[in-house]
Amino acid sequence: MNSDTLIPLVGVVTDIRQDTPDVKTFRVVAPNGGKVFEHMPGQCAMLSVPGVGEGMFSITSSPTNTEFMEFSIKKCGCLTDWLHSMETGQMVTVRGPYGNHFPVESELKNKNLLFIAGGIGLAPLRSVINYVRDKRSDYGDVQVVYGSRSMDDLVDYREIVEEWTNAERFQVNLTIDRPQDGWEGHVGFVPDYVRELAPSTDKTVLVCGPPIMIKFTLKALKELGFTETQVYTTMELRMKCGVGKCGRCNIGDKYVCKDGPVFRFDQLDRLPDEY
Amino acid sequence: MLKISLDRLDDFFARVASEQSLYMPVDREDGQAEFRKWTEGSKLSQRLNTVRSAKDFFFPQTENLVDFKIQGKNIEVLDTREECEDFAVFGVRACDARSFSILDKVFLCEPVDSYYKNRREHGVIISLSCTRPAETCFCTVFGIDPVEPEGDISCSTDGKSMFFKVNTPKGEEFVKKFADVFEDGDPAQLEKMKEFSRNVFKKLPLANLSTDSFGGDKMMKLFNSPKWAELSEACIGCGTCTFICPTCQCYDIRDFKTNDGVKRFRCWDSCMYSEFTKMAHGNPRVSQLERFRQRFMHKLVYFPSNNDGEFGCVGCGRCLTKCPSSINIVKVMKALEVEE
Ligand SMILES: Cc1cc2nc3c(=O)[nH]c(=O)nc-3n(C[C@H](O)[C@H](O)[C@H](O)COP(=O)(O)OP(=O)(O)OC[C@H]3O[C@@H](n4cnc5c(N)ncnc54)[C@H](O)[C@@H]3O)c2cc1C
Ligand code: SF4
Ligand code: SF4
Ligand code: FES
Repeated sequence: MNSDTLIPLVGVVTDIRQDTPDVKTFRVVAPNGGKVFEHMPGQCAMLSVPGVGEGMFSITSSPTNTEFMEFSIKKCGCLTDWLHSMETGQMVTVRGPYGNHFPVESELKNKNLLFIAGGIGLAPLRSVINYVRDKRSDYGDVQVVYGSRSMDDLVDYREIVEEWTNAERFQVNLTIDRPQDGWEGHVGFVPDYVRELAPSTDKTVLVCGPPIMIKFTLKALKELGFTETQVYTTMELRMKCGVGKCGRCNIGDKYVCKDGPVFRFDQLDRLPDEY
Repeated sequence: MLKISLDRLDDFFARVASEQSLYMPVDREDGQAEFRKWTEGSKLSQRLNTVRSAKDFFFPQTENLVDFKIQGKNIEVLDTREECEDFAVFGVRACDARSFSILDKVFLCEPVDSYYKNRREHGVIISLSCTRPAETCFCTVFGIDPVEPEGDISCSTDGKSMFFKVNTPKGEEFVKKFADVFEDGDPAQLEKMKEFSRNVFKKLPLANLSTDSFGGDKMMKLFNSPKWAELSEACIGCGTCTFICPTCQCYDIRDFKTNDGVKRFRCWDSCMYSEFTKMAHGNPRVSQLERFRQRFMHKLVYFPSNNDGEFGCVGCGRCLTKCPSSINIVKVMKALEVEE
C-alpha cells in the first residue's frame, strides 16, 4: 500500500532552547541524522507525542539549513506542556510539510522586505528571514519590526541581536509593550511603532502575530499608504488532518491547512470574516 | 440485459455471501431499515432508505490509522494497514450512490486517503432504483436520476425480475464472478415502468426546489445573510444531521493508550459541535449560528466552489426526518432563496 500522510515519521529532539518563559525551541533530526523532510518557508508540520497529542506548528528553521528542523512552541495545553517538560533524546513523530509557503522564489524575489512580528508570531517569519539571509543577493533591503510583552518574551533574542542586526542591509527594530529595567530600546505596541517608523511603501510586508495585532498593524500600514496586495500574513485555525479532508480549518471555501496558511490580504478580503 | 427472477434473489444473495461479505438493507426491530451483513434468512427491506447511509462501509464511524510502540524515549511507528477483503453493498439508493462521487472528491484527491481508497477498491456498490419515493426525497434537484442510479452495478425491477446494469470495470468483474446466477432478460417492460416512475418524481413536493441561489459565486452574500440567526435558533447542536448525512465527512484524530503502546484512530466529528474549531486563543465559530451556517454553506457554497459547481447534498431527505428540531437543508434553501 502507498504511504499515507496520516502515518507520521519519527524524529529525535536533539536540542531544546528556552527562549522565553513560555516558549521553547526544539531541534528535530531524523533518527539517522539530517532532516526528516524538506520544506519551504511558511510551511508547517504536525508534531506529536503519541498518547499525548498532536499539533500543527510552523517550521521555524530555514530550508537552507540542511541538518535539522526547528519548532518554536508556546506552552498552552496538553501536548505543549508535555513538550516543555521533556528532555533531549526524546523521539517525537512528525508529518508534513503542510500548506503553501511565502512566495520567496516569486513575488518576494528582489523586493525590499518588511517583516512585522508580535510574540510567537515570529515563528513562521524566522524561517523566511533566515532564508533571505542565506540567499542575500536575491532580495533587497530588509527591515524587521518585532515586539513582545516584555524583554523576556522576545523569541530568539540572541539570534536577533547577534546575527540579524549584523547582517548585510538588515535593519532590526525591537519594541516591548511596557518599560522595563535594563531595556533601552523602544517601548510601545507594534502597530504604533510601525506608524512611527513610517517605512517606505516600496516594501513588501510579511506580518504575523496575534489576530488583534495583525488587525491594527494592517490599519497602520494602510494609513502609511500600503495596499493589501503588498501584505502577507499567516492564519491559524484548529487543525487535525493537514490536507483539507477533516473539514476543520476552512475560512469560506479555503482550507487554511492546504490553501494557506500564507494569505495575501486581498485574498482574505474575498473570504468571510470568520477567523 | 442480465436479470435474476425475484423468487431466486435470495439464492443470489446466498451465493454472493458464500464468497464475500454482502451488506444490504434489512428491517430493524423498530421497523426502520439498516444495512446489515447478509446471513441465512436475511430479507431485503422494502423501505426506501436506511437510517444510516452507505458511507459507513467506506468511511466508518471509527477506524484505526496507525499504532505506536513506545519504549522510554523511543517511538516506533507501526503501519497496521492491510489490504481489505472484497465486499459488496446491495440496495444502495440513487442518492447514496451519488454520495460516493462527492466523497471521492474529498478523499481521493491528492494526497490520497489510503484508508478510504482501500475500501473503495474492494467494495462493489450495487445500487437499486427507486419506484416509490418519499415526500422528503429531492435528489432530482441535484441532477440525480433515481430510476437510473450510479454505482458499480445498478439494479431495477419490473416486479418479476431484478435487472442488473453494469457501470464500471469493478462491476463487470463482479458479474463475471457470479455469471452462473444470471439469465438474459428483455428489459422492455422495465423501460416502460421507468418512464412511469420518472413522472412520479416530477410531482414530488420538493421537486421544484431551486439551486439557482447557491454556488461558489454567492459566497459573501449568503454568508452575510441576516436569515442565519432565525434559521439556526432552534438547532441544539446534536450533530445528528451530520452523522446520518451520506456526504458529511468531517473527522477527528485521537489516540488511545494500550498496554504496550498507543493506537491512533479517526472518528466522525461534526461541525455542529462547539469544540470543533476551539483554539487556545478563542473560537472563530463562537455560537451555534456560525456552526449551523458552516454546515449549510459547505454543502451549498464552499463545496461547489471547489468542485466545478457540484453541490455537497444528494437530497436523500435524512436530515428532514431525523432532526429533533425540524430544521434541515430544505428550510435553509427556501429561506435563503426568498431573499434573491
Ligand atoms: C498553521 C498553524 C501553525 C502554528 N504554529 C505554531 C507555532 O509555530 N508555535 C506554537 O507554539 N503554536 C503554533 N500553533 C498553535 C498550536 O498548534 C497549538 O497551540 C497546539 O496545537 C496546542 O496543543 P496542546 O495539546 O498543547 O493544547 P490542547 O491541550 O489541545 O489545547 C489547549 C488549547 O489549545 C487549543 N488548540 C488545539 N489545537 C489548536 C490549534 N491548532 N491552534 C490553536 N489552538 C489550539 C485547544 O482547543 C485548547 O483550547 C499553530 C497552529 C496552526 C494551525
Ligand atoms: S440541525 Fe437538527 S440534527 Fe443538525 S445539529 Fe441542529 S438540531 Fe441536531
Ligand atoms: S444534507 Fe440532508 S438531504 Fe442533503 S445529503 Fe445530507 S442528510 Fe441528505
Ligand atoms: S486540518 Fe483538516 S481540513 Fe484543514
